[in-house]
Amino acid sequence: MSSSTYYVPEQSRWPILASIALFLLAYGAGTLLNAMNADRGGGLGLVLLLAGALMMGLILVGWFGNVIHESRDGLYSPQMDRSFRWGMSWFIFSEVMFFAAFFGALFYVRTLALPWLGGEGDKGVSQMLWPEFTAQWPLFNPPDAEQFPGPREVISPWHIPLLNTCLLVTSSFTLTLAHKALLKNERMQVRRWLFLTIVLGLVFLGFQAYEYVEAYHELGLTLQSGIYGATFFILTGFHGLHVTLGTLMLIIILGRIVVGHFSPRQHFGFEAVAWYWHFVDVVWIGLFLFVYVL
Amino acid sequence: MSTLETTLESHEHAHHGPAKGIGRWLFTTNHKDIGSMYLWFSLLMFFIGGCMALLIRAELFQPGLQLVEPGFFNQMTTMHGLIMVFGAVMPAFVGLANWMVPMMIGAPDMALPRMNNWSFWILPFAFAMLVSTLFMDGGAPNFGWTFYAPLSTTYAPPSVTYFIFAVHMMGISSIMGAINIIATILNMRTPGMTMMKLPLFCWTWLITAFLLIAVMPVLAGVVTMMLMDIHFGTSFFNAAGGGDPVLFQHVFWFFGHPEVYIMILPAFGIISHIIPTFARKPLFGYASMVYATASIAILSFLVWAHHMFTVGLPLVGELFFMFATMLIAVPTGVKVFNWVATMFRGSMTFETPMLFALAFVVLFTIGGFSGLMLAIAPVDFQYHDTYFVVAHFHYVLVPGAVFAIMAGVYYWLPKWTGHMLNETMGKLHFWISFIGVNITFFPMHFIGLAGMPRRIPDYALQFADFNMVASIGAFIFGLSQLIFLWNVIACVRGGRRAEARAWEGAEGLEWEVASPAPYHTFATPPKLPETPR
Ligand code: HEM
Ligand SMILES: [Cu+2]
Repeated sequence: MSSSTYYVPEQSRWPILASIALFLLAYGAGTLLNAMNADRGGGLGLVLLLAGALMMGLILVGWFGNVIHESRDGLYSPQMDRSFRWGMSWFIFSEVMFFAAFFGALFYVRTLALPWLGGEGDKGVSQMLWPEFTAQWPLFNPPDAEQFPGPREVISPWHIPLLNTCLLVTSSFTLTLAHKALLKNERMQVRRWLFLTIVLGLVFLGFQAYEYVEAYHELGLTLQSGIYGATFFILTGFHGLHVTLGTLMLIIILGRIVVGHFSPRQHFGFEAVAWYWHFVDVVWIGLFLFVYVL
Repeated sequence: MSTLETTLESHEHAHHGPAKGIGRWLFTTNHKDIGSMYLWFSLLMFFIGGCMALLIRAELFQPGLQLVEPGFFNQMTTMHGLIMVFGAVMPAFVGLANWMVPMMIGAPDMALPRMNNWSFWILPFAFAMLVSTLFMDGGAPNFGWTFYAPLSTTYAPPSVTYFIFAVHMMGISSIMGAINIIATILNMRTPGMTMMKLPLFCWTWLITAFLLIAVMPVLAGVVTMMLMDIHFGTSFFNAAGGGDPVLFQHVFWFFGHPEVYIMILPAFGIISHIIPTFARKPLFGYASMVYATASIAILSFLVWAHHMFTVGLPLVGELFFMFATMLIAVPTGVKVFNWVATMFRGSMTFETPMLFALAFVVLFTIGGFSGLMLAIAPVDFQYHDTYFVVAHFHYVLVPGAVFAIMAGVYYWLPKWTGHMLNETMGKLHFWISFIGVNITFFPMHFIGLAGMPRRIPDYALQFADFNMVASIGAFIFGLSQLIFLWNVIACVRGGRRAEARAWEGAEGLEWEVASPAPYHTFATPPKLPETPR
């Protein structure tokens, strides 16, 4: 087949295997959580979950391996490249909307729900539920403090979070420098900048983990400490997961650079990961502003 | 299922026909195979969800509790809704897109064929998990397809955890399917097919795919918050911790309202192909159709709280969402006008696909009007959560979305199988369905206005007559779908040979290739015919 026609792959085993893996993951997680809730041992659920995760990991290696081989065999036309670009862009858009749901929840709670509970505004009658409740943010005193004991303190934005902001913003620059170097085919430079980006990502994650430990042990800021803790952890938690994933992808890209993949003209794998990394960075800016500072 | 034997002869140099055995379906990367699997899956779900509906209607045949426990009744309404929305209607449209979009735009396949197969194969697993909850301790989800918190969090059966993960899986499937459709339409059109020459089914699907990518992640977000509330002690939907159960409804309906347009925009596309074919006139107002679809999609993000008028919104909220909702009727009206204008002075014939399309135009419009009534916030205080709402959304979804799917299937079956369908049986199916659907859902308007609440297994005596009528209609409609099944199978297995242009007035690239369409079409981009549409 000439490279001018669009490449339509032959049959592939990966999709059906990936569906099975996803099913194991989901079913395992469900079983584990339900067992934990009922104070039963979660043996079976855990096994299924881990089996699914392992299987999914292997599949991703195999599936992406296929794609990389096909790409290096020159099967992909510029049109194929555009399909990948559209695919990645819209995937990132879907991620934006996923975070938007949680940001939306945060804004709603802060600007509407809490003031109403505190007796202000159009639906201030809700105060009749807990007449002593006063609205504040951060919320140290949830309406029912027995069930949801509020945090004693919250994370100050000007220590670790500020540092983390600097780390992530810097990492976006170093990644761009890596890309520039790749365009000029200075492969040693690419390695250096990529390595630095990964280190920045890892340090970020380390700080984040430290912050969580501090929140749980020193500040009483937990998932159970009312809506502040809930929004705080769901937003920073999902962001942290995305940074973890992004760092993993960067490590893989670095590995591929080391073994000689990517040319100055063709390196969409690199670019896709870079897009993802910048997206994660932008989400962090939003987090820093709306979760920590304001 | 087996359009295959006949397609074996027509192979191109590099490609060959389909693989043999079950492996063909498990490992396929072919958009036609995947389209067929989506459609068969959807049909299966349609029958499973349909059985649940018939159980519901059997219980409601008379007042009092006869057949099922109230708890089980709730599981049936919940599962019926979930299965029909996520298992029957959405996959059917994706199946139609898989089959038709590449052929309409002259592409060799979908843009990302392996991912395409993954999108499909997630679904059987997701629904196996969802349906398996029926056999779990505490029973299946019983909180309605809208799963409002705290009913779905604090008071839910343990199976809600599996429900949440099943929704995640469906979301992943939908998002990947949507990405594929967008990449295909934006990137794989044959040279010369500009966006304003794009067939309308592709346009409506392009916009639907955008809606899917925008709102499925929000659905994932809301079920994730539920999961956290249930298992990790957060208080998103619990005012005791400073959260708000109403927050659930906002996030859910931010997904939910665009979702109802996800279920109707592709239907608009199908109808916009069928009516011109059988009126033998080009579609009236192509450009305005495109703009109307786009405006409906944009507006659909701004109207979600019309589902929440009675929850206690601030007055400005009620007013804003009331007027925004009414605004949607304008582009919708443009569409109905264009369909009617297309038929005006056309040389019409009334084959089965056209009958379904005509019924769509009339009955969908009835559903649109009842929607407008519901959009008036002060009167919605009376209609909300009554059978009037049930009547509304069944009019837009059954003789709307489902009729459009059936019209599309009848319209394109000759292209898929190489056989014309049996017109007599097709017309029989149409008339029984048409009568059945109206007997079922029209009386629901009256009992709703009279105050019968939805989602209850028993009711006051004054509603008895209309409920009995509705139940009889439901069985007529349900059983008539067996004719549909018969028709499809018969058409796959044999019948009068279909020509490439199976319908006299049909226009578009998909009618230039042989019937049945060869396993691989358009390995090289085709030349556009002179007069598209
Ligand atoms: C002119 C267009 C439409 C308007 C003005 C409209 C308006 C409304 C309103 C105000 C409600 C809420 C009623 C209540 O709960 O009290 C509603 C419910 C609903 N509508 Fe529509 N609608 C329109 C079109 C559609 C379409 C095209 C679909 C789907 C294809 C649809 C599907 C639904 C569904 C499923 C519900 C009920 C959800 C539930 O509570 O379970 N609607 N509609
Ligand atoms: Cu709506």
